[in-house]
Amino acid sequence: MKRILVLLSLFVFTAGCSLEPPAWSQSGGAGDDDNVVIGVSISTLNNPFFVTLKDGIEATAEEKGYEVKVVDAQDDSAKQVNDIADLMQQGIDYLVVNPTDSAAISSSVESANGSDIPVITLDRSVESGEVAAFIASDNVAGGEMGAAFIVDQLGEGAKVAELEGVPGASATRERGEGFTNVAKESLDVVTSQTANFNRSEGLNVTQNILQANPDIEAIFSHNDEMALGAVEAAPDDVLVVGFDGSEDALNSIENGALDATVAQQPDLMGETAIDAVEKLENGEDVEDEIKVELMLETQE
Amino acid sequence: MNSKLTLNTMIDRFLPIVGLTLLVVVITIMNQQFLSPDNLLNLLRQVSINGLIAFGMTFVILTGGIDLSVGSILAFSSAMTALIITSGVDPIFAMLLGSVVGLVAGAVNGLLVTAGGMAPFIATLATMTIYRGATLVVTDGNPITGLGDSLLFQLFGKGYFFGIPVPAVTMLITFVILYIILNKTVFGRETYAIGGNETAAALSGIKVNRRKIMIYALSGLMSAIAGIILASRLDSAQPTAGETYELDAIAAVVLGGTSLMGGKGRIVGTLIGVLIIGVLNNGLNLVGVSSFYQQIIKGLVIVVAVLIDRKNK
Repeated sequence: MKRILVLLSLFVFTAGCSLEPPAWSQSGGAGDDDNVVIGVSISTLNNPFFVTLKDGIEATAEEKGYEVKVVDAQDDSAKQVNDIADLMQQGIDYLVVNPTDSAAISSSVESANGSDIPVITLDRSVESGEVAAFIASDNVAGGEMGAAFIVDQLGEGAKVAELEGVPGASATRERGEGFTNVAKESLDVVTSQTANFNRSEGLNVTQNILQANPDIEAIFSHNDEMALGAVEAAPDDVLVVGFDGSEDALNSIENGALDATVAQQPDLMGETAIDAVEKLENGEDVEDEIKVELMLETQE
Repeated sequence: MNSKLTLNTMIDRFLPIVGLTLLVVVITIMNQQFLSPDNLLNLLRQVSINGLIAFGMTFVILTGGIDLSVGSILAFSSAMTALIITSGVDPIFAMLLGSVVGLVAGAVNGLLVTAGGMAPFIATLATMTIYRGATLVVTDGNPITGLGDSLLFQLFGKGYFFGIPVPAVTMLITFVILYIILNKTVFGRETYAIGGNETAAALSGIKVNRRKIMIYALSGLMSAIAGIILASRLDSAQPTAGETYELDAIAAVVLGGTSLMGGKGRIVGTLIGVLIIGVLNNGLNLVGVSSFYQQIIKGLVIVVAVLIDRKNK
């Protein structure tokens, strides 16, 4: 008797388990009315770059008469997964997502695929799930651009420190890769340390680096926020190169503090995303991977 | 005198649920989609992480302590679980080991507070950065992916049990167990006694230190379970997972009417507090409130709740 009970409860337990949501709960999904609603999930709005990106999306969408709903993940992957689930509750037609992490957001992309909502990723890719288009700056080329500028200004073999972004983030890897491509041949990279894409950490880490290596001639930073922190810590003769081309960085270059930045064009990136939505809406093809151009902004 | 006291207790007990109901009504008026079955399931899944952490936190706060290291323990246990899985060990065994990691990390907090005589705020502030650093060391700062497709592990964060998300089921079962422990056992009575008056509790023969170590270990275990759910749900262990989660957990406990001074409070209140925060997060997204205002509103709700609570005492 006991054994039968155990077997029975085991059976009930396994029968009740599933990876699919129950059929009676499928009330969300794609909207059915005429106007196009685009759900936008941004990794963090605590960084001017992503705010400009968001502004680019909103401005272009308004031009084309699309409705946009924006959520901010505050750099927390778990919150982003929740945010995207919330967006899908509101009957969005397209999902534009700037992932906090490429692995963590995969399940959200898959569930959007399940509801037939096309997904466009911005700035970072995802590991699995079907993406209609991945739009990003050519980060490797940008890293090379930054290193080449340092060689150009200081000559070969200059002593350089590298401020790295959030470890493991694709921007960190690609910018680092591009930088290393040029630097390993023609620069002396004294140290590479992370300051997590953050300005105050950039300041602290740079102070520490300069304490240990006072003869550093240049600093290459994986983003502008860290570079602007570095500028505060470094003496004037140290060449500081940022990455992103944020408004603060451009102002700083104008004031003669920051030496250069490899400028991304976040507004153009946002515009490209909405252009891709328009193409999909008209039934046209879009490229899987769209590279947005970079520009080196210097004091000249 | 006596009847006034009961009235106050009544208000104490029903205030959180009244607040939750009010919130649900307001959000539903602004967006009917909120009450759809699909969204309610979505909501239940979303609150389960904070729920588990907040239940453990309730015990800690009832003793008059605090645990700031929960988010770091979550990240550390989830990273250890992921590492053990990727090294080829059976996921069920890896999940158990990951839970033990959380339990031990919590017990260390308990030892620092009792044997070390440190203030809980300082002890767990220190271990918060220690465990976060340890997480970064073992993961090398990168997310750990490739956790395989073991059905049980996948079910733990992403699955459904008779239509209800498994994390929510885990949270509810845990809630029932902890409710019984807190309200029907010696352990529970002693938890309240320690928070009410530690010296008196010790004099009446309660092994205060041993109890406290067990309670911090419980809090660590809850964070570890939350961490494993998160790893399954995100298909990866994130080294930065759980940052600032201690704040949401503490907020849920306080919203539920538990006193930060210890000795007074209920775990049912914490469950309601968890739901209030979950409804705020989900509802404000659904209503389309800008994320900047969302943070202000969440803070204001906590301020108002605590102010009303204080007025009653």
